[in-house]
Amino acid sequence: MMFQSFLIKYAEIGTKGKNRYLFEDALMKQIRHALKEVDGGFAVTKEFGRIYVEAKGEYDFEDTVAALKRVFGIAWICPMFQIEEKDFDNLKKEVVAYVDRVYPDKALTFKVDSRRADKKYPVTSEQMNRDLGEAVLNAFPQMKVDVHHPQVMLHVEVRNMVNIYSKMIPGPGGMPVGTNGKAMLLLSGGIDSPVAGYMVAKRGVKVEAVYFHAPPYTSERAKQKVVDLARLVSRYSGPMRLHVVNFTDIQLYIYDQCPHEELTIIMRRYMMRIAEMIGKESDCLALITGESIGQVASQTVQSLAATNEVCTMPVFRPVIGFDKQEIVDISEKIGTYETSIEPFEDCCTIFVAKHPVTKPNVKMIRRSEEKLGEKIDDMVRTAVTTREILMCS
Amino acid sequence: MEAYFDNSATTKVFDCVKDIVIKTMTEDYGNAASKHLKGVEAERYIREAKSVIAKSLKAQEREIVFTSGGSESNNMALIGGAMANRRRGGHIISTNVEHSSVYNTLGFLEEQGFEITYLPVDKEGHISLLQLQDSLRPDTILVSVMYVNNEVGSVEPVEEIGRIVKERQPQALFHVDAIQAYGKYEIRPKRQGIDLLSVSGHKIHGPKGVGFLYINEKAKVKPLIYGGGQQKGMRSGTENVPGVAGLGAAVREIYRDHQQKVDYLYGLKAYFMDRLGEIEGCVVNSQPGRESAPQIVSVSFEGIRSEVLLHALEERGIYVSSGSACSSSHPGLSGTLKGIGVRPELLDSTLRFSFGLFNKKEEIDYAIEVIKELLPVLRRYRRG
Repeated sequence: MMFQSFLIKYAEIGTKGKNRYLFEDALMKQIRHALKEVDGGFAVTKEFGRIYVEAKGEYDFEDTVAALKRVFGIAWICPMFQIEEKDFDNLKKEVVAYVDRVYPDKALTFKVDSRRADKKYPVTSEQMNRDLGEAVLNAFPQMKVDVHHPQVMLHVEVRNMVNIYSKMIPGPGGMPVGTNGKAMLLLSGGIDSPVAGYMVAKRGVKVEAVYFHAPPYTSERAKQKVVDLARLVSRYSGPMRLHVVNFTDIQLYIYDQCPHEELTIIMRRYMMRIAEMIGKESDCLALITGESIGQVASQTVQSLAATNEVCTMPVFRPVIGFDKQEIVDISEKIGTYETSIEPFEDCCTIFVAKHPVTKPNVKMIRRSEEKLGEKIDDMVRTAVTTREILMCS
Repeated sequence: MEAYFDNSATTKVFDCVKDIVIKTMTEDYGNAASKHLKGVEAERYIREAKSVIAKSLKAQEREIVFTSGGSESNNMALIGGAMANRRRGGHIISTNVEHSSVYNTLGFLEEQGFEITYLPVDKEGHISLLQLQDSLRPDTILVSVMYVNNEVGSVEPVEEIGRIVKERQPQALFHVDAIQAYGKYEIRPKRQGIDLLSVSGHKIHGPKGVGFLYINEKAKVKPLIYGGGQQKGMRSGTENVPGVAGLGAAVREIYRDHQQKVDYLYGLKAYFMDRLGEIEGCVVNSQPGRESAPQIVSVSFEGIRSEVLLHALEERGIYVSSGSACSSSHPGLSGTLKGIGVRPELLDSTLRFSFGLFNKKEEIDYAIEVIKELLPVLRRYRRG
């Protein structure tokens, strides 16, 4: 194995003042979780401003990088050589050895970028850059120095140990999950909602999900598909609780009592209400949906306003301004697309009217809902209390 | 109450099958190819099964090759048959109501340069013998027709097809997909002019993952799977002793007092079709009585989406299929139903009830009552 350890660089969390250690600890926790599915043993440690992942013995490099690329909060993943013996003559040898092993083809331009976090180190950064560069040039005459646009930027950091690295693999960015509260995702089984969950989780938010199941109109397999999607999102967000709510009776009751063209809007208002009730029970501070303006009749601005009206929590709609293709691109990138397009019906489409309202009038919708009487409140309570809770990871 | 009416998808095994499978997994678990006693004992199960199966077809033991099931049998018959005979020609005849394991295999052969003629069916689901005659050519090497259609239970005139093929183009192999027919009919490949016959174990109360292909001793077929040369090189791979033994036991059981068993199934079918008469707005797509298979009844329910009714029945412990279970998770609508001229608006409203020997009349009564109860509710709530 060429590299035995990785330097993990994080971006935004470096700026969070006193809370910084909380963020670092959350990040380390998420890294450890992500590495559980990789073949190999790893030690995850931190030093001021840096997190290190060190493989204990044999491990799978590709899988390790792939797992780290799913940990929000990581800006860069840098495979490195970590040298304990800090003596400068030895360091020259190690830097030459690094270049020799990592770059079999030596026809490259390079630059050395040294830093001393350990200010007691006897050689200054400037001097290090010059001397290490010279050592590399002496060892490999084919290589050339280019201080403006080097092909290889050779980083040498003197800390408790010396870190040598030059390859920087981009991480997903964002913030470590668990540093920004919790929100409840309305997960439907389509393409958009898993993407929405992913995007909010990326900002450090812990995500739970609620799914509305409508047997016999939606099948056991449709539910399985949603569980699969929750598991795929949990590869990024960490283990996710999924609340499965039986929605059939409510849906049929609305069908019976309210104008058919308003069915979808009223149904969605009840979904939001239920999601908020469950969200409050689980300490969520916001809801998340995969709505995007104008995508379907229930996502026109008027419809969104009518749906939003029933919520007291903020509703996060991270894909609101995205075109379908942009959402598809993300779902392909995060690996939910293939599952999302499995052909099972979800409960939003089973009774959809031929001409559903696209510009609902909130007053009219409220008047229609009055016909549901107090019975609907009992039905909602029953739906909430009889829900099934699954742990997806 | 539970009523499992999806026996054309798969069946529960007979007790005798369960017993022999357990015995060959826990006691007589040898590799049939081993030279020691354990191996010889295991081989005995294979011989025994082969003998029972050969007798059921009045065929010879060496004409039976065990496979992993119906799909492999169909693949081997078509690909193996086409590859072994391609020097004689490149034309194959089949129908447009075949199971996907035939249909998609023919698609593969088409990619390999074979030319396929697909014969249409009439509203009873039968191909036209005249059309078959017209389609046969000197370069026809293979004719593949299913015995019993898996979606509606129509029965092709296999014997007449065999006679026509053998009279007109005796060089062509006649393959019959008998996966829904074996165990329901007395099949006599030699008399019926059948060269290749595919059978699956789990449709006849045997185990899953096992089946066989009958290959007439004169027919040339190439193997699909190469390896250690088991089964005289026709199908390499360690023999699936528990599967084969279970299959043998199922065959023995199903062909014991066979007529009685078939009559029992026809009794269930007739009773079910009779009672469907009480239900408004339903159309039976299967032929009544002995004109079609004893176990399959296809019914369309007007104004209902089949999947919704399927799941509503499932909630009450009644298990059925929409179309064919193998293909019903794909959104494409049934080729067979279209082929026999089911009205377009009913294609998505069709369920298949398929009976097995464990079913009881009372289960039919229960299902009829549940359907009567569900239909008005399901018809009230719909989209559009």
